[in-house]
Amino acid sequence: MSIPLDSKYAKSHEYVHFDDKEGVGTIGITDYAQKELGDVVFVELPQVGTQLEAGDELGSIESVKAVSELFSPVSGEVVEINDALTDKPELVNTDPYGDGWMVRIRVTDPTEMDELLMNAEEYEEYIQTEAGH
Amino acid sequence: MKKTPLNATHHELGAKMVDFGGWEMPVQYSGILEEHEAVRTGAGLFDVSHMGEFTFRGPDALKMLQSTTCNDVSKIVDGRAQYNGLLYPTATFVDDLLVYKNADNDYFAVVNAGNIDKDFEWFSEVAKGMEVELVNRSDDYALLALQGPRSVELLQPHTDVELSPLKYYAFANGTVDGAKAILSRTGYTGEDGFEIFLDPGDAPRIMKKLIELGARPCGLGARDTLRLEAKMALYGNDIDHTTTPLEADLGWIVKLEKGEFNGRDVLQREKSEGPRRKLVGFEMVDRGIARHGYPVVDGSEEIGVVTSGTHSPTLKKALGLAYLPLDKSAPGTEFMVLIRGKETRARVVPTPFYKRAK
Repeated sequence: MSIPLDSKYAKSHEYVHFDDKEGVGTIGITDYAQKELGDVVFVELPQVGTQLEAGDELGSIESVKAVSELFSPVSGEVVEINDALTDKPELVNTDPYGDGWMVRIRVTDPTEMDELLMNAEEYEEYIQTEAGH
Repeated sequence: MKKTPLNATHHELGAKMVDFGGWEMPVQYSGILEEHEAVRTGAGLFDVSHMGEFTFRGPDALKMLQSTTCNDVSKIVDGRAQYNGLLYPTATFVDDLLVYKNADNDYFAVVNAGNIDKDFEWFSEVAKGMEVELVNRSDDYALLALQGPRSVELLQPHTDVELSPLKYYAFANGTVDGAKAILSRTGYTGEDGFEIFLDPGDAPRIMKKLIELGARPCGLGARDTLRLEAKMALYGNDIDHTTTPLEADLGWIVKLEKGEFNGRDVLQREKSEGPRRKLVGFEMVDRGIARHGYPVVDGSEEIGVVTSGTHSPTLKKALGLAYLPLDKSAPGTEFMVLIRGKETRARVVPTPFYKRAK
């Protein structure tokens, strides 16, 4: 199970990789989440320019088996969406932290990154507890 | 949770297990898309031991089956199986099932796992006063489904049953790799294949053997996408105690001329007047996947419901089944499904979505 150290994690299994120079966070779902979902066949994403509060619905991910909501881990404005997912939703499975990213958000308040989210170690502990429920 | 005789084997093989109506069952091994493709192009292997098996023996066995089901059981010849509906007097489904005929006065049926107790009680009620011995043999059998175009080639060297002459919906007693088995040329995937009834103790060894021979283990996830492409109804999704066989577009199993049976008068009326709604196949026009329970709307009015829906791995598009009013059920008709509150366009299409090449 891959959990990059340089990202932050939400309980709903999205990651944010924050570029503090640009003030932009790249959001996707974690390796754990993509394994749980199985083969992703459709990703619905918001439009560029959408304003989001932390916890707002960001979109949805359809696997063969089920649909899951995607939530914004932090507040901000959507500045870019990953158009490649329209034709290749399977990138979410094959490269969740790389080409399978979903949206980029200009983060309104970078302190949310620490206040609302877990680091890699905390997230690993969290999924172990969740998997063992 | 209830476990099949193959439960430990699934864990050993690294399956992802889920609660399926009280049974711990594999939903997938390697991935639904891969498993689906294996069945369409090669061979896949499913554990369906959770299904129930009943035997019916005695002079009234046929009479009992005829009075409770809508298809004509008297037309089954020895060694053949028939798809059938077990009905309430309202003509709605208690269950859908396969009825097998060994010989006169000697039948057995395979029923859905979640309905075993309900079906058995229903049959038992009817059996009162009839000369028929009804036995629930569900725990005595493990059931493996070997499905896909390579099934015959893979299985033939390891069974004493001659497979090629065995017709679709025929079955035979024999052995598989030395283990006593009933081989039935049936399935729930739209492909050629066999359902293999085994003693529970033999099942893990035979499952591993078939995998070793090249069958890919498949879970319930792929079973669902495969059966939906072939438009085979799923009890609890597409048919249940509120739907009749004519509404479910299963007119071919309704034999009104066979004599009295549960729900016959209702079906007769439905047949002459037309059912008020019909189960149709659809594909999405707009992007999105309409799933079980999503409403079909016409403005603010709810006019139907989606009963099954998925992304079709073979056809690579979103499709499904829905109940629509009869006047909106013709192929080509467009309608709106509410997907998480959003009106999304879909279109009625001919079914099955997928049909194997003969």
